[in-house]
Amino acid sequence: MKYVRIPIALMTALLLVVAPYFVAQAPAATVGPVTDPIGVVKINKGQPIIIAYWLVITGPNGNLGIDSRRGIEIAIDDRKGTLLGHPIRLIGEDSGCGAEGGTTAATKLAANKQIVAAIGSTCSSEARPGAPILWKAGISTVSPSNTAPDLTDPKRGPTFDGYLRTAHNDLVQGAVAAQFVRTQLKFSRAATIHDGSPYAEGLANAFADVFKKQGGTIVAQEAVNVGDTDMRPVLTKIAAAKPQLIYYPIFVAEAGFITRQAKEVAGLEQTKLMAADGVFDPNFLKAAGDAAVGMYQSSPDFGAFGPGYQVFLQKHQKKYGGKPLSVFHAHAYDAASVIFAAIEKVAKKDAQGNTYVGRKALRDALFATKGFKGITGTLTCNQYGDCADPKIAVYQITSGDPNKWDPGTANPKKIWSPAAK
Amino acid sequence: MRRSFWQRFFSPITLFLWAFRIVVILAILVGSFRTLTAGKYAGDQWIDVIVFGLSQGSIYALIALGYTMVYGILRMINFAHGEIFMSGAYTAYFVAAAFLSSGFLNRNPVVSLLVVIAVAMATSTAIALLVERIAYRPLRRAPRLVPLISAIGASFFLQYTFRGFFGAGFQAYPDWNVLKGEVVLAGIGVLRTQAVAIVGALFLMTVLYLFVMRTKTGTAMRAVSEDMEVAAMMGIDVDRIIVITFGVGAAAAGAAGVLYALVFRQVWFFMGFVPGIKAFTAAVLGGIGNIPGAMVGGIFLGLIESAGPILFLDGLGIPSPNQLKDVIAFVMLVMVLIFRPTGILGERLATKKA
Amino acid sequence: MITRRPRWTSYLGIGAVTGGVAVFLALVGMVETFSRRQIIVGVISLGHALLLLTGLASGYAAGRRAGRPAAALGGGVLAGAATGVVVAAFVVLGTSVDFRHMFVASSPGLYDILTFARGRAGLPLVVLAWTLVSVVGAGLALLPATIRRPAFAGAVTVIFLGLFQELLQLTLQEGTVQTLLRGFLFTGDGLLPRGALTGFAVAAVGSIASWRWGATVRGRARSMPPRSRRISAYTALLLAVIILFYLPRIVGEFPSQVLVFVGLFTLMGLGLNLEVGFAGLLDLGFVAFFAIGAYTVALLTTPEKYAIAQFSFWLAVPVALVVSLVAGVFFGLPILGIRGDYLAIATLGFGEIMRLLVLSDFLKPWLGGSRGIINLPKPIIFGYEFKEFGQLFWITIVASAFIAFVAARLRDSRLGRSWMAIREDEDVAEAMGINTVTSKLLAYGIGGAFAGMGGAIFAVMIGSVFPHSFNLLVSINTLALIIVGGMGSLPGVIVGSLFLVGLPELLREFAEFRYLVYGAVLILMMIVRPEGLWPEAARARELHAEEAPAPAAEEALAAVGSDGEA
Repeated sequence: MKYVRIPIALMTALLLVVAPYFVAQAPAATVGPVTDPIGVVKINKGQPIIIAYWLVITGPNGNLGIDSRRGIEIAIDDRKGTLLGHPIRLIGEDSGCGAEGGTTAATKLAANKQIVAAIGSTCSSEARPGAPILWKAGISTVSPSNTAPDLTDPKRGPTFDGYLRTAHNDLVQGAVAAQFVRTQLKFSRAATIHDGSPYAEGLANAFADVFKKQGGTIVAQEAVNVGDTDMRPVLTKIAAAKPQLIYYPIFVAEAGFITRQAKEVAGLEQTKLMAADGVFDPNFLKAAGDAAVGMYQSSPDFGAFGPGYQVFLQKHQKKYGGKPLSVFHAHAYDAASVIFAAIEKVAKKDAQGNTYVGRKALRDALFATKGFKGITGTLTCNQYGDCADPKIAVYQITSGDPNKWDPGTANPKKIWSPAAK
Repeated sequence: MRRSFWQRFFSPITLFLWAFRIVVILAILVGSFRTLTAGKYAGDQWIDVIVFGLSQGSIYALIALGYTMVYGILRMINFAHGEIFMSGAYTAYFVAAAFLSSGFLNRNPVVSLLVVIAVAMATSTAIALLVERIAYRPLRRAPRLVPLISAIGASFFLQYTFRGFFGAGFQAYPDWNVLKGEVVLAGIGVLRTQAVAIVGALFLMTVLYLFVMRTKTGTAMRAVSEDMEVAAMMGIDVDRIIVITFGVGAAAAGAAGVLYALVFRQVWFFMGFVPGIKAFTAAVLGGIGNIPGAMVGGIFLGLIESAGPILFLDGLGIPSPNQLKDVIAFVMLVMVLIFRPTGILGERLATKKA
Repeated sequence: MITRRPRWTSYLGIGAVTGGVAVFLALVGMVETFSRRQIIVGVISLGHALLLLTGLASGYAAGRRAGRPAAALGGGVLAGAATGVVVAAFVVLGTSVDFRHMFVASSPGLYDILTFARGRAGLPLVVLAWTLVSVVGAGLALLPATIRRPAFAGAVTVIFLGLFQELLQLTLQEGTVQTLLRGFLFTGDGLLPRGALTGFAVAAVGSIASWRWGATVRGRARSMPPRSRRISAYTALLLAVIILFYLPRIVGEFPSQVLVFVGLFTLMGLGLNLEVGFAGLLDLGFVAFFAIGAYTVALLTTPEKYAIAQFSFWLAVPVALVVSLVAGVFFGLPILGIRGDYLAIATLGFGEIMRLLVLSDFLKPWLGGSRGIINLPKPIIFGYEFKEFGQLFWITIVASAFIAFVAARLRDSRLGRSWMAIREDEDVAEAMGINTVTSKLLAYGIGGAFAGMGGAIFAVMIGSVFPHSFNLLVSINTLALIIVGGMGSLPGVIVGSLFLVGLPELLREFAEFRYLVYGAVLILMMIVRPEGLWPEAARARELHAEEAPAPAAEEALAAVGSDGEA
């Protein structure tokens, strides 16, 4: 019988030791001079302030995330790498442009209690599960490139209370594109193609809605799969509907195939082509070559960004030896700037030089951003997290040579924006 | 009592299968009828679609050749074959790019194209032989699943090796000036690149067919695929024949890679995955182990993918039918596997238990 | 036994091949990326550690070949020199010709790493370094096992600590003991030298201890009277349950999420094990049932417009199980007659058909299309909401235990035996009177139901279902993990899941090379240990029977012994 007593004793001891884990964590906390209902980050003197990113940095769309990360790095440089006397440390995770990647990246970051704020994600599908995970840990996140409308929708729910973005809402981009086609090109028949990704589908639908509202007709709405290479059948089908323009707001690979093959399909000789910010990338010129000359793209309006943007470009050239890789670098710069400003506003120091940042206070400060002069424009955050000053413009590609990538000025060349009226 | 129990169970199954068959055939017929009577598409659009299907299909056929030959001999799905296809295309890209920048490409288009194809074939053969030596040969006597997993591992390994070496982005194949534009055959406009793809594929397939049917090595290959042990007893060096089989299949795949790149213009490290699966589907469709079968299967698959969505899915009122073209291909595959497992042209080789 | 003295050129061969491997690792980008990470801060980076290991392995191989001490060391020298020459040649080539537009890894940084930042002048040093490392490796081969094993254990522990330092540091974030430990062992990005030495020492001591007293303990355990054996077994089981229960809290959120993934893949593995391991039905479309389970739960619990009904999670899961079971039977019906590799392709087709249908615009009004179905509520029971991953982990554990139990009972049941009969030879099984139709359909159905359970938990874990999650890779992953873990064996599935799902997730920073290593590991495992890491005893015997026709009696005894304990 003694063999039974020992295990029972062991178990009881174990239970007593670990029972505290069971007790619900008391809502934090008062740490130092700061009281905050969600939590407080204490940064010891001399220790770095940790900002995290969760962006897509590997894979065929990696340029999107790397481009944003560079924007953040330049923002850190502009502050000489220090904030409130602490060095700024940037860490991050690859978020893989998908729900699982977003979940994993967000979970990994949420576990690190020293992260003050986060910048990300790149793809909207990551933000849907990821932002609530970060907010549960009290980490607010500002996205430089999520554009899906539902992320800042009034009905999004309290789990998104910590989510903001400096990128435009796709409803705006689709509307501008449709407006351009309708009022400038004066076309009345258009077709859309999406690739099964939430981003592309959302944007194509936004375009279609506004186009129809302005009196145009959508003659065909088609879809391809990511990884498809032969677009000729779908283009032939669209050709039968005789559109004047095809809007395909998808990513580099498939857009490249469509652009090239549209030139080879009978019936589409006169049809104009238009894509969106997903292909605002020198790789697209590699993929599509000369077939891309003359096609339109909707994208953030770099020309309207203000003089700060030119300065940014010079710094970018000096630090990385070339032009930016994608679209959202300036938005990422602004996201970082907004975060730094908010931290400065709410942080408190104690006598020893340690800094304390309350998480809810930081979140409130972020949402209270008004009239902030960023390089993408004047940022004012509404209560649902839309901070952007959305300026979308339409560009035209003038050369198929990837070495002649000169976004905004020459290739692609900006030809119209709604504000230009 | 056992028999009647069996019969009771057997009939519902047969009924179900018949119902399945009928539903699919009805869907195809109704859809096609409605599309054709609606007259949405002009005659030359149909012809365009058929030409696209032919060019895509002939590339599938070339790749399928490799699958079918290896399966015929080793009874093994060489999952890495798609990557062999990719490796040929990708490596040849660098040669083509070099030719382009030096101007050689457009001065001597035919020679440069042939050199590019030769380099592609050489590279893919080399890689295939390496894979065979390292990942397949030690496992020749293992149960069926083991080489399959090894093949999957080899496939991943090759993909990501190429990604590590050459980067994750796309490389655009250069334009051969002489291949721009169309060529008109019997009133049908065919893109020059497509024409080259179709003709090139047909040529290579014929060469391969003659090789397997008429030469001594080819006969040895057929013997080994019939019965490996008896062939060895007859004095055939089985190892050498296997290596030759891999090599020939890989060379065909490498050439297919270049033709693919000519038509689609982009290469990247992942480009072999989907064509690999499709090509195996084609091989099974046509009858595995059977070279003319691979050809027929490939072309059939290409045509189905190209014309299918427009022909019958559209007529059934399905939105964005081209999204579902792979569904059509796989449904065809399953139908063939259920109702005619030996494939369209029937299995040439002895029906061994798989 | 006649041993031929290995020719000295074979050592050069080993060295040259190793040099090729080193160049490969460099060109693929591993060396440079790894070098950004320090294993022991200030002492050695992961990149250099990788090269070091390669050199040691080569020397070790040379040493083993030789056998005699003098020849071993000589062989080590030759091999190391050969490697060094190959690497040096590569450096010369790479620094004179600019390859970067072709091989993206060929950057100045890479050559700095290879030459210890000395450039061309450092080449003699490089050759010398490789030779030395190789000699050490050869020396290792000569050492008696008593020294070699602790050294090996120590080295592995140091690497383990260095690789997982981020996670370990996160786990040791709070609590006085933990913070002290953390400060002692780690700093910033890696181990401190004293931390490395401690780890090495502890592992080495542990290895020596287990070697010295391991046999005695095992003997003692085996010779205990059955009643106390049973009691200790139950206690151990209970302890394991308690540890599992508290594990999520101890390790933190992110590892908990990884644990949930591991659990899910274990569920899937158990299901596929039924089809492939027991019944021999090669199913590459397994992800279809995973998707069906996930979508069923999604459609039954979401507050969005796609909802069919508003059930709670606990009601939705059984429905999902039933739906997946029916779907399994339904999918199995057409393919009953197909065998072998054709079955693999047919099922692959089904899996892809499922994914494409779920993604399509055609079914978008019902299934959400590419946008998926979002806002799935977390399970609630008596007011307690399973919000965190740790809590979902408990659900997964319970589900896995239940399913493992069912699988084990099935295996020993009549149905299980008919499956195994079908696996061995279907025609004979049919001739023996087994109803292959029912058996196969049940295999598909029950296997599908298990996967459906996994899908259900996946849906609530992520809180949404997107078609992109249900791709071919999931099926291939599941197949790989049951084979690498040990086909047909239930603990094998867990082991496989830990290694092929858990480990890569934990090592996310090296995600670029994940599939490269994955592929290499698959090939290696199949060549070296095709029965898997924790196989069924019968399977292992089958696969190795050709290699070592050892005395039958001894083998049989050993098999019975391990069977009894397994």
